[in-house]
Amino acid sequence: MATTSHPRSADWVGQSIKRKEDARLVRGKGKFVDDIKMLGMLHIVFVRSPYAHANIIGVDTSEAEKLPGVVCTLTGQEITKLIDPFFEIGPAPSNRILDYPMAVDRVRYQGEPVAAVIAESPAIAEDSAELVRVDYEPLEAVIDGEIAATDQTLLHPQMGTNIVWNGVYEYGDINQAFAEAAHTIHIDHLHMHRFSSTPLENNAVIAQWDDSDERLYFWSNNSFPTIGIQLLAPALHLRMDQVRVQTHDIGGSFGIKITNYPQMAVCALASRKANGAPIKWSETRSEHMTSSAHGNERTFRDTRVALDKNGVILAVDSRHIDDCGAYPRYEPLGCVIWSQVTPATYRLKNLRIDFTQVVTNKCPVGPNRGYSRLQHLWFLERVLDICARELNIPADEMRLRNYIRPEEFPYTTPNGCVYDSGNYPGMLKLAKELIGWERWRAERTKAQQESRWFGIGIGTTLDSGTNNFGQSQIVNPQAPFSGNSQAASAKLDIYGEVIVAVGSVPQGQGHETTVSQVVADILNIPPEMVNVRVGFDTERNVHTGHSGTYASQFAVSGLSAVNGAGRLLKAEMSKLAAFALQASEDELEFGVGKQGPEIRVRGTEKAIPYIGLANLANVNTAVVPEELRPLTLNCRYTWRAPFRVPDVEKKYGNLTLTYSSQLHIAVIEIDKETYIPKILDYAAVDDCGTVINPMIVEGQVHGATAHGIGAALMENCAYDENGNMLTATFSDYTPITAVNIPNVKYGNIETPSPHSYSGAKGMGEGGGAPLHAISAALQDALWKEGIIIDDSHNNASTLYETIRKKRRGELKQNVQVAKRGS
Amino acid sequence: MPEGIPRVRVTVRVNGKQYARDVEPRTLLVQFLREELSLTGTHIGCDTSYCGACTVLLNGESVKSCTVFAFQSDGGEVLTVEGLAKDGKLHPLQQAFSDCHGFQCGYCTPGFLMSSIQLLEEHPHPTESDIRKGIAGNTCRCTGYQNIFKAIRAAAGQGAEIGD
Repeated sequence: MATTSHPRSADWVGQSIKRKEDARLVRGKGKFVDDIKMLGMLHIVFVRSPYAHANIIGVDTSEAEKLPGVVCTLTGQEITKLIDPFFEIGPAPSNRILDYPMAVDRVRYQGEPVAAVIAESPAIAEDSAELVRVDYEPLEAVIDGEIAATDQTLLHPQMGTNIVWNGVYEYGDINQAFAEAAHTIHIDHLHMHRFSSTPLENNAVIAQWDDSDERLYFWSNNSFPTIGIQLLAPALHLRMDQVRVQTHDIGGSFGIKITNYPQMAVCALASRKANGAPIKWSETRSEHMTSSAHGNERTFRDTRVALDKNGVILAVDSRHIDDCGAYPRYEPLGCVIWSQVTPATYRLKNLRIDFTQVVTNKCPVGPNRGYSRLQHLWFLERVLDICARELNIPADEMRLRNYIRPEEFPYTTPNGCVYDSGNYPGMLKLAKELIGWERWRAERTKAQQESRWFGIGIGTTLDSGTNNFGQSQIVNPQAPFSGNSQAASAKLDIYGEVIVAVGSVPQGQGHETTVSQVVADILNIPPEMVNVRVGFDTERNVHTGHSGTYASQFAVSGLSAVNGAGRLLKAEMSKLAAFALQASEDELEFGVGKQGPEIRVRGTEKAIPYIGLANLANVNTAVVPEELRPLTLNCRYTWRAPFRVPDVEKKYGNLTLTYSSQLHIAVIEIDKETYIPKILDYAAVDDCGTVINPMIVEGQVHGATAHGIGAALMENCAYDENGNMLTATFSDYTPITAVNIPNVKYGNIETPSPHSYSGAKGMGEGGGAPLHAISAALQDALWKEGIIIDDSHNNASTLYETIRKKRRGELKQNVQVAKRGS
Repeated sequence: MPEGIPRVRVTVRVNGKQYARDVEPRTLLVQFLREELSLTGTHIGCDTSYCGACTVLLNGESVKSCTVFAFQSDGGEVLTVEGLAKDGKLHPLQQAFSDCHGFQCGYCTPGFLMSSIQLLEEHPHPTESDIRKGIAGNTCRCTGYQNIFKAIRAAAGQGAEIGD
């Protein structure tokens, strides 16, 4: 490549430039799926099960079909003739699950679709849905994951068990570690509750089955459409290229919209039945709460911890039961994804986790923000803090004794993951400065003297990004996935416009802006001269089978692909410009002249504008010499992550490319009359390596912090013992609002990743640090009451119940120091 | 549309323009704006008046248009997000939300803007508490509210930093 002078080289990356997306969104001109109207469009409404578990005796749609304006109906029985069950990721026997997009002869969670009506308007569709008669024979509902594992009542009888997956992850020498331990501590149970990031835009899709060209068109807000197509096309007996998926603006996903492909399938079948009419489905909030996806619920049983005399954790041995709801869908990937962060931020070498995943009569789970790692990180943070308290070591000191040290990076974990970079003690120091640690410690001492319930908690977590799909082979050796990749294209269009497209599916992360920053630096032009395609479209031919937006990776996989395409384009432009200007490539300089972006012969007036170059490549082609005709100025680049397939037997290998880290501190006081926990102060320090756009990064940290605080203190996908969802509206689920969120003191450090081209690490999921910081602060406040915070969800009501039980002597002892050294 | 469903005439001024439509009595104002007038900037997020994505001004008062029937706006005046910018120039609140990165996906933003207009009318120099209460009926799942607080302060001419 030519050497060019770059007077503003690398100017744009690293700046908080304002977002390209804002101009339309702030005017209400965003284009979300529900905003799209099409000629002849019909509307679909699902008839859903009121029962968590029941046999379907019969479905009668005849009355519904009589209602004027109703076009057709679909039932679960009917679609078994039109679609195959979705491919299961798990091995036998869980691959015997028949996952149709509507219930066929049995419903397995409240809200599961059993029939659908298609009508001329949403109102008519809703009216007619009420006329569909479904006879049910209720069955016993299995709500608790541990009870599900006993197989007393089976959800999928053909599977012969409720256990989707079981495996033991064992590293180091557990027995020796326990034999040598100064202290051993047992924790009977810990529980991570169900919650969801509940994007404000519900799921939505328009499907059109077009007989004229034998293709299926989707306008969707699915956030991982390339996996969606891989599941949908074979089930619908279509070739992959017959299915086109487009997204435009998406109102948040946080992973939850990865699993809306079953509804996409029903809309496709409805369109086919309605002679190719476009079919729109706009999910209601209650449908979203009961039947889209929740985050994974996990119970941690019989945990044994070995520690040396200084409180350094030598070994952890535990049994984890993950509840994935009624159908595995994206699972059992969560059974391995937690192991991306096996030792959390600690130097823990010996570890045994017996991991089981079960189905229950609850909403299927989906990869919710912090997916699977968040649960494991909360577990290890709880373990660390409980042990610290039992050994009377301050929580900050306990961490400093256990953290992986800055000089140890890149750090290989016991299961072969490589933590690229980090500085956890540095983050702790910064977070303490931000929050005013000494002041709050003094307040804590005073509060304890006054018998107030006042606590300070720390949470240190990891956001592992750019996953190695090869880890799927640890849960199923037959799984045909490995590595990770992303595609992008950069071109000069016919009039010289710079056009960039990438296979990501943005939902508010500002990809159009950060893409333009990267390309602007390559071409030495301002970002406003870089046009970035909005949303995703399979027809752009810039996607791979891994493309999508999930797993904290855009800054690495997305921008690496963009960087590759941009550099290819620049190289072609340089060659063509050298011909046009009759100069050598090393004399050329990229920049902006009086007429716009151009390439100039350094130190002269000789220059060619982009429109001139584009003219040679696209329109005035006969003047270009033969040897330069392969240049198209339309460059596609596929980036592939440098992964290998893990050792499936040993469950060993590098599962993720980058590790962002988070360190949060919460100060909380629980009101002794109302039991309301109030956050008095909050600090969040983030390290995602080299930052592309500080404004966007800080915004992502704020958002992930709010999700964590909301989940810790307010939000809970609660079910009663019969499987009725108790939080099926926002008024019951209570997503965190402006009156509940504390002011967040934000700090940032940068430990550049050696594993990405720019030093950036993927970020955005956030690791769930608030969940732990809050659990720890509540623990600190209530330790003297003899209470162990063993659940990730706490509010005034649960705290009142726990304290009342403790005082009545009804609380089972959860933690035992089995061996206490000197 | 099938015959026989009773209709009610709704005549309403939206963003300064007069509209008249015959709609089913049960039509909600948000449906009327989105479906009848194609003003899709007003969004639906929760259906139960928790999230405020559907907030518009009806006769100068902020209302959640998912909880107002279209006929209740008959003879009235509605302002939606599409009516905020004048001659291509953003409303100060729109400018502040963009300058302060007060939104990410942008789905909740129209509702926040409309609630914030009312908030600043009632409290031209809002305290932190005024701001939090003024947008308590609006849910944002992306920003954690921090930059929304900043944006409202900035729009009120009090600088972009928050904290009492």
